[in-house]
Amino acid sequence: MQDLQDYPTLNFQHLDTLWLQVTGTLCNLACLHCFISCGPKNDNHPMMSLSLIKDTLKAAATQGTREYYFTGGEPFLHPEIKEIISLTLAQGPLTILTNAILIDDEMASWLAKTFEDSPYSFDLRVSLDGTTPEENDTIRGRGTFVQIIAAIERLVGHGLNPVITVTTCHAELAADEGRQKFIELLKAHNITQPRLKFLMPFKIGRESRRKGGEGCYTPAERLYLEDVPDPNSDHLQCDSCRMVTAHGVWPCPILIEEEGARMSDALEDSLHPIKLNYSACYTCHVGGVSCKT
Amino acid sequence: MSYISVGERIAIFGGVYNNHLSLAALKQDASGRGATTMICLGDMGGFGPSPDKVFPLLQNDPNMFVMQGNYDHSIGNRLEDCACGYTDPRDNHFAQISYDYTAANTSDHFKDWLRDLPTEFRFEFAGKKVLCAHGSPRKVNEFLWESNSSDIFLDWVLDQFECDLLFVTHTGIPWLRHLPSKDRWVVNVGAIGRPANNGEKHVDYMLLSTDSQGKPHVEHIALHYDYEALAHEMREEGLPEEFVETVLTGWWTTCLEILPAKERAKGVY
Repeated sequence: MQDLQDYPTLNFQHLDTLWLQVTGTLCNLACLHCFISCGPKNDNHPMMSLSLIKDTLKAAATQGTREYYFTGGEPFLHPEIKEIISLTLAQGPLTILTNAILIDDEMASWLAKTFEDSPYSFDLRVSLDGTTPEENDTIRGRGTFVQIIAAIERLVGHGLNPVITVTTCHAELAADEGRQKFIELLKAHNITQPRLKFLMPFKIGRESRRKGGEGCYTPAERLYLEDVPDPNSDHLQCDSCRMVTAHGVWPCPILIEEEGARMSDALEDSLHPIKLNYSACYTCHVGGVSCKT
Repeated sequence: MSYISVGERIAIFGGVYNNHLSLAALKQDASGRGATTMICLGDMGGFGPSPDKVFPLLQNDPNMFVMQGNYDHSIGNRLEDCACGYTDPRDNHFAQISYDYTAANTSDHFKDWLRDLPTEFRFEFAGKKVLCAHGSPRKVNEFLWESNSSDIFLDWVLDQFECDLLFVTHTGIPWLRHLPSKDRWVVNVGAIGRPANNGEKHVDYMLLSTDSQGKPHVEHIALHYDYEALAHEMREEGLPEEFVETVLTGWWTTCLEILPAKERAKGVY
């Protein structure tokens, strides 16, 4: 049993960033490093209804929220994704985390027009975990490298420039040489302004099982009071974000499958200090991880 | 809080980035437009040549109010980096080159001056409360880009910090936003140290005055200066050719990864 007094407290500053798990844990892929084990059959967190999303956006507006992120699961599985995007962009900047495979030519064209028409920034983050099929497909599934590259080409063809997000299961990808390989890959696919984001894997969910027992956090991989002595420290994104799913509100996108992490039914009831008592908090603190772009 | 007394026409600028030529041009241009008060929102160093040349233009002028930006805090406190808030190694690589150059070439007495500068200014203007900050009122190195600052967020900021007009810099790209809910304004003055990634060689500042009805009026000024002379000085100092190219073309070549998608799409790199 955890004694919460032994863990650091992080105060809540302001709702700068609202994350929406629009398709819950439902995804067209079942990546081996997924920290919330998303997949075609995982509906632990189901899709959010349009009415819930509208209510959540209203609640966010009353808090002066700066920007919005959609993740999943795969957000483009949502049958009403266009309306959801338009509603959100009317309120503030939006970034969507996607594997892009479901973005066909018609959707890419609509996204490009939406990007042009919106006064606020509208960004896509496309996940790709290697510069070759061998690297990527061992994590994201057979044939996905070719599909993701084709989707990136569609987006670029319509004038969009997604941020390519790499989870560094292959640790060498985060080093200079690995970054350069990605830049060269993107330039070879006509991306003249390569944009990249590298994220450390979280050793929970399916990732904790990927390498057997070696994939889990050790008991020492946790935060202690002295790690975050100032509760107003601003180095963690959870001092200024919340995640909403169909099942309620969580501190951040990483913890929605962690027992005890759920904060409330309503967004406005979640805007209070939290305890950093999850192993994943260790990764954010030590690795300087932020899910934001 | 630093309350200041101001005139009827106020030049507000930031991001000097060692560009003493544009700073001298600004003082002349703003005076010519009738500005009797000038407010510098900070970041005196970085990017350009010969840091010590900007300080005589900023000091010992009763009409010039200068605040501390993140760069000034770092240089003044002899820190190891600029704390600009970049997250990508490509951005940090070039930021560190200009920071190391600036730190090595700023005299100690100017560093002490930077260390002790105020961090915000407030004043009343045409019946409105005006707040000047560097990045944002809540965080010195917060980037308020036009495309990633929602109206509802900016309204919240103005409520929190009890002002009707907010002036900031830090991003290097100017913009003005009217917030209709309470008839308020947020203005990013851009920078006078380098062009705004729009293919134009001029730099930017803002002029605050009143309109014919006595209401506050903010005018964006495109400031022309001898950018070729600046490029020559930068090469003489051995600064990276990437920086020189920006001065000569108006397009950013470095520190691009921090840009939101819309601002990035407007540039060529």
